[in-house]
Amino acid sequence: MFRDALLVLGKDLRIEARAKVTLRQVAPFVVTVMVLFAFGLDRVLVRDANVADTVTDSVPAAYVVPGLIWLTLLFALLLVVSRSVSIEEEDGAGDALRLSGLDPAGIFLGKAGAIVVQLVALELLLVLGSMLFFQARLHAPLLLLSATALATVGMAAVGTCYGALSSGLRSRETLLPVLVMPVVAPVVLAAVQAWQLALVGEVGDGWPWVRLLIVFAVVYVSFGVLAYGALLEES
Amino acid sequence: MRTTATMQTSGVQTSTVQTLSWLTGLAAGASLALLTVLGLFVTRPDEVQGEAVRLLYVHPATAWVAYMAFAVTSLAGLLWLWPRTRKPLWDRIAGASASIGVVFTGLTLVLGSLWGRATWGFWWVWDARGTSTLLLFLLYAGVVALRYVPATRDARARRTAIGALIAFIDVPLVHFSVKWWKTLHQEASVLQPSGVQIHGLQLFTMLFSFVAFSLVYAWLMIQRTRLARWEDELEAGGLDAAIVARQSEGSQHLIGATS
Repeated sequence: MFRDALLVLGKDLRIEARAKVTLRQVAPFVVTVMVLFAFGLDRVLVRDANVADTVTDSVPAAYVVPGLIWLTLLFALLLVVSRSVSIEEEDGAGDALRLSGLDPAGIFLGKAGAIVVQLVALELLLVLGSMLFFQARLHAPLLLLSATALATVGMAAVGTCYGALSSGLRSRETLLPVLVMPVVAPVVLAAVQAWQLALVGEVGDGWPWVRLLIVFAVVYVSFGVLAYGALLEES
Repeated sequence: MRTTATMQTSGVQTSTVQTLSWLTGLAAGASLALLTVLGLFVTRPDEVQGEAVRLLYVHPATAWVAYMAFAVTSLAGLLWLWPRTRKPLWDRIAGASASIGVVFTGLTLVLGSLWGRATWGFWWVWDARGTSTLLLFLLYAGVVALRYVPATRDARARRTAIGALIAFIDVPLVHFSVKWWKTLHQEASVLQPSGVQIHGLQLFTMLFSFVAFSLVYAWLMIQRTRLARWEDELEAGGLDAAIVARQSEGSQHLIGATS
């Protein structure tokens, strides 16, 4: 299963390295959303952040930036998942993958893994952008890293399952957000809470949220491993 | 012979379902009428909440039906996915129950909003239970949307079943995440270990509302499941009719060619 997962992961990342869709399309989208958030949340993120920077250690940024990062990442997830599905639809690649005899669980882990790698790259971009544009100051690296890693795995697992479910559908672009966003709502909530608590220095209160993220990731990775065969059968 | 026997069995089943439909419809109608009388005329306004307390006789019951409907959807989806128990009936039940569940979740939200306005002064409060219900509504609205995407019968059934399962296992995660987030809602009054806080006729009317709305759910389920079966038959019949028409065209062409 893990050998098959590595094969599929390598394949998806090689396709991305050649086509550079995430780099050339999703990454600029992520930066654009961040800039638009500055306009949308002008009072907190721009005006008060500069004032607070000299007075109270940039508290507004600590409360708003986690939401900005995770909502933007959620939008990016939809694009990355859609891309992950579309590469299997071209030239009958999906059929070839099914006929290859690879373990469906391995295919799931490989595709989810490729989505994780791309999301991590986008997260780095978002964090650097938040530090640059909104004076966000990171604290409690262990809490931040655990929450981010688990939330990314959970989101990628759900995205991969629904991606396979919506494969071949003309209405995939409109259907995916309706399906994925409510399911990953607990991840967004938990990740935002953990990040906020880390950024304002209340690290101890952040760990229960990490436990929720562990449960979410375990549940949906297990579901994908068990059900991906049925999902592939359908598409 | 076999076809005649199948048709006879199907006829018997149709008449049984018809009778069941009538009986459930009558029971649902009668219990709703009785609930209306009890809820609006027999029970008294509350000392604290006034007339708004009458929402107690509809709001918890619609929430109960919504949860029951989603549980039925998941169970029917599982039965369809399991190869040994796979039957078109399970898919029809899953689809019907998901749609009814979304309607009842919507009703729960609207009634909860009305109650919130009457008691807290706001149409919407971000409390744990209300937020969970809103997310539940959105989760299953997605499943229903997935079901309405044009597809073959098997593909649609598989999508509904898997989509419903993904949503169902999310329900406890949504519940706990939102509960930790914040809560303002009243704690469950009937199931509290310290004892029941609602008394007498009020309690009876509320419990009766669970029966009445469950009957409404059962009646709607029968109607929606039958409708889904007729749609399937129409689709299959339509294809058969098209094949027959095409074949007759072909034979006419042959007759024309030989004459």
